[in-house]
Amino acid sequence: MADTYDVIVVGGGPGGYVCAIRCAQLGLKTAVVERDRMGGICLNWGCIPTKALLRSSEIWHLLHRLGEYGMSADNFKFDIEKIVARSRGVSKQLSDGVGFLMKKHKIAVIPGEAKLAGKGKLTVTKDGNTNELAAKNIVLATGARVRTLPGLEPDGKLVWTYREAMVPTMFPKSLLVVGSGAIGIEFASFYKTLGADVTVVEVLDRVMPVEDEEISAMAAKAFTKQGMKLKLGTTVTELKRGNDNVTCTLKAKDGKTEQVTVDRVILAMGIVGNVENIGLEAAGIKVDRTHIVAGKYGETGVDGVWAIGDLVGGPWLAHKAMHEGVIVAEKIAGVKGVHPLNTANVAGCTYCWPQVASVGLTEAKAKETGRKIKVGKFPFIGNGKAIALGEADGLIKTVFDAQTGELLGAHMIGTEVTELIQGYVIAKTGELTDQELAHTIFPHPTLSEMMHEAVIAADGAALHI
Amino acid sequence: MATNILMPALSPTMEEGKLAKWLVKEGDTVKSGTILAEIETDKATMEFEAVDEGKIGKILVAEGTEGVKVNAPIAILLDEGEKADAVPAAAAAPKADIPAAMKDIAAAVKAEAAPATAAAPAAKASATRVFASPLAKRIAAAKGIDIGALAGTGPRGRIVKSDVENAKPGAAKPAAGAAPAVVGGGIPGVALLPDARLLYPAGSYEEIPHDNMRKAIAKRLTSAKTLIPHYYLTVDCNLNALMAVREKMNAAAPKGKDKIPAYKLSVNDFIMKASAMALMKHPDVNASWTDTAILKHKDADVGVAVALDFGLITPIIFKAQTKGLVEISNEVKELAGLAKAKKLKPSQYEGGGFSVSNLGMYGIKNFTSIINPPQSCIIAVGAGEERPVVVNGKIEIATVMTVTMSADHRVVDGGTGAKFLATLKQFLEEPASMLL
Repeated sequence: MADTYDVIVVGGGPGGYVCAIRCAQLGLKTAVVERDRMGGICLNWGCIPTKALLRSSEIWHLLHRLGEYGMSADNFKFDIEKIVARSRGVSKQLSDGVGFLMKKHKIAVIPGEAKLAGKGKLTVTKDGNTNELAAKNIVLATGARVRTLPGLEPDGKLVWTYREAMVPTMFPKSLLVVGSGAIGIEFASFYKTLGADVTVVEVLDRVMPVEDEEISAMAAKAFTKQGMKLKLGTTVTELKRGNDNVTCTLKAKDGKTEQVTVDRVILAMGIVGNVENIGLEAAGIKVDRTHIVAGKYGETGVDGVWAIGDLVGGPWLAHKAMHEGVIVAEKIAGVKGVHPLNTANVAGCTYCWPQVASVGLTEAKAKETGRKIKVGKFPFIGNGKAIALGEADGLIKTVFDAQTGELLGAHMIGTEVTELIQGYVIAKTGELTDQELAHTIFPHPTLSEMMHEAVIAADGAALHI
Repeated sequence: MATNILMPALSPTMEEGKLAKWLVKEGDTVKSGTILAEIETDKATMEFEAVDEGKIGKILVAEGTEGVKVNAPIAILLDEGEKADAVPAAAAAPKADIPAAMKDIAAAVKAEAAPATAAAPAAKASATRVFASPLAKRIAAAKGIDIGALAGTGPRGRIVKSDVENAKPGAAKPAAGAAPAVVGGGIPGVALLPDARLLYPAGSYEEIPHDNMRKAIAKRLTSAKTLIPHYYLTVDCNLNALMAVREKMNAAAPKGKDKIPAYKLSVNDFIMKASAMALMKHPDVNASWTDTAILKHKDADVGVAVALDFGLITPIIFKAQTKGLVEISNEVKELAGLAKAKKLKPSQYEGGGFSVSNLGMYGIKNFTSIINPPQSCIIAVGAGEERPVVVNGKIEIATVMTVTMSADHRVVDGGTGAKFLATLKQFLEEPASMLL
């Protein structure tokens, strides 16, 4: 007889394991099926290990600026293998931590690949053996993977995805990054800071195209100043793989082509949902362009089957998946007053150098809604803490509805802005208006004071500029 | 430590019940789940289980006792080794066992009920804090929405932007998804009515949030019907003469270029005029109650109930005694039009000395109305229909209309009301007598 659970979560990534914990907290007998390591891409091959890598590159960057701070040292060097080893250690620590959390909450972790097998049933295949499990509810959280395009397939050696880029065995002297979204630009930043010659190709006409145009432009300026080559409005038409290098053919919008030869190529052209081989079609679950079509509470339209995270839809962010995991768990447990996720209140963070963080509508998107808006801006150069840190480049920008004072969006570029953005997320989630933010006393001296200034700047009342 | 076993609330609305039967006796050992007693409410008999383990020390309420208040101690539970006469530490102040949410609702209901019992003019109510996001408050203020009247869908019922955006100006809606509340009451000794949602499965009905008019109707009429001592007087009026006069008058109406007559008098226009004239003759009826005095009105300001698709309102023909039938007729039409367009000003419907409510056009034979405060009397007018009547010992056919007056006994005693109604009947049966 099959083991029976209240909930089986398919996929142990941030959406899946958080969903499982919440289910267990609510008294549901819960299992997670994971084909690889607990923590999913985020912990093992994404958010976390890249932050470890970027921390190394940040320190490397600071070492080159020791003189600014009244220090000197010479003969410092880095060992890419040790940097990678540290990053892997961080991942392992956290993945083990998730395993511990599963034990703590008495959640069964079942290794293998799961597939829907009729109402309330699931098969799990591991090493050729297939077992059947039964569950009143099944939460699909299989995540996503790199999008590939014809001719732009990764090979694991010369043409990398995030996976290889995260565990290089050699340090490439030159690199071409395809795609300037968060993943592409983080790798570009990491390798550039450590001294590689980096070229970034972006099909759209600006870097980090989801960000506010002004922030995008400032980022482009900063990257260019660092020596990064930005090829905007450009596509890669061919990758000619040599013995230990790749010759890339780039085609600009005006049709001009050029060839660049680099040691390695990193593909970061977005993601596609992992919708294959999990029995969606047989179950009658609708899929639209590699993502499950789900309701606002993760309903798939099939009774007892739910879906969350990258498998469902954007923004492709771990924290969005985690929150969806909580929502679905609470829906399953019948918790009252569960609210659907509002993507307007999900912040995005990119840990390049300088960092970029944002929530809500860009200035252009806010204008498109047709309402009267007001915009506040405050540069890092007006902030005491930023100057003391020696990080006086950057900007914080707010977009408000001029009539209601609703915070429509906030956009930041500069040191540690990924840690700052949550303040505006709380403001948005709690529906604070410009007035409450203006009356909030931010501690001095902190970078967060700029958040205050950027709010009152919308009324022309910034104090330190 | 000895603890009190308290009378349980077996339903959200239960206030007291009968301790039908003890299933344990003093000295019995009980554990969680042991059935202690059978409790009878007005609806059902239910088993009452022990929550804690221990020994029954003393039974405080004998079986068969009726009217045991919820949370009253009914027995003492002893811990291991305690003597039977051990007294619970908290015996004097039994802890309320009602879930916190229910208490909150009770408090909210009290606050909600306050203005209703204060009657008109309503006291400014509700000192309870409204939980709303700053953005919601600001949008509500800009749109002129009473945020206190909205129910929130945010965390813990907090009113958020979408609640305000979904509300029409002046609209209110009940707590969607919130714990069902009890409604009404607030008067000592008056039971609260359970929220109807408690009694129907979710999804079996459509919720229509109250708009301001619905709230006003509910509030005013509940106050009027519960606080004003109504009594009712009914007369039948023979309309033969009135119908004939009306026909002649309408036939004589001058026609404009477009061949549309300048006026078309309705039976109700005659009733308005007759009411005004009868009020002038019986000023005791044209009066309002206050706690310290009766206000006798000098003019006959007669209200007319106008049924709307979205409710009901009673605009007033002021100084109707000075106005002719045509003027009254045209004014009623104008006010009804404004009412339907939601354009009546408060000055057009507040006050008045008397009201007419006419459901004759729907074929209603007779009915009673609720007094429209601060007025003291209202007449409910049925259909004018052909009925057999006895005239001088013979049965004849006449157009007869039944009029029932509701009167506030604090202001208008039975005899006074009857005399007024007799005059009204005379004016309606002999319209020419209004000229006297």
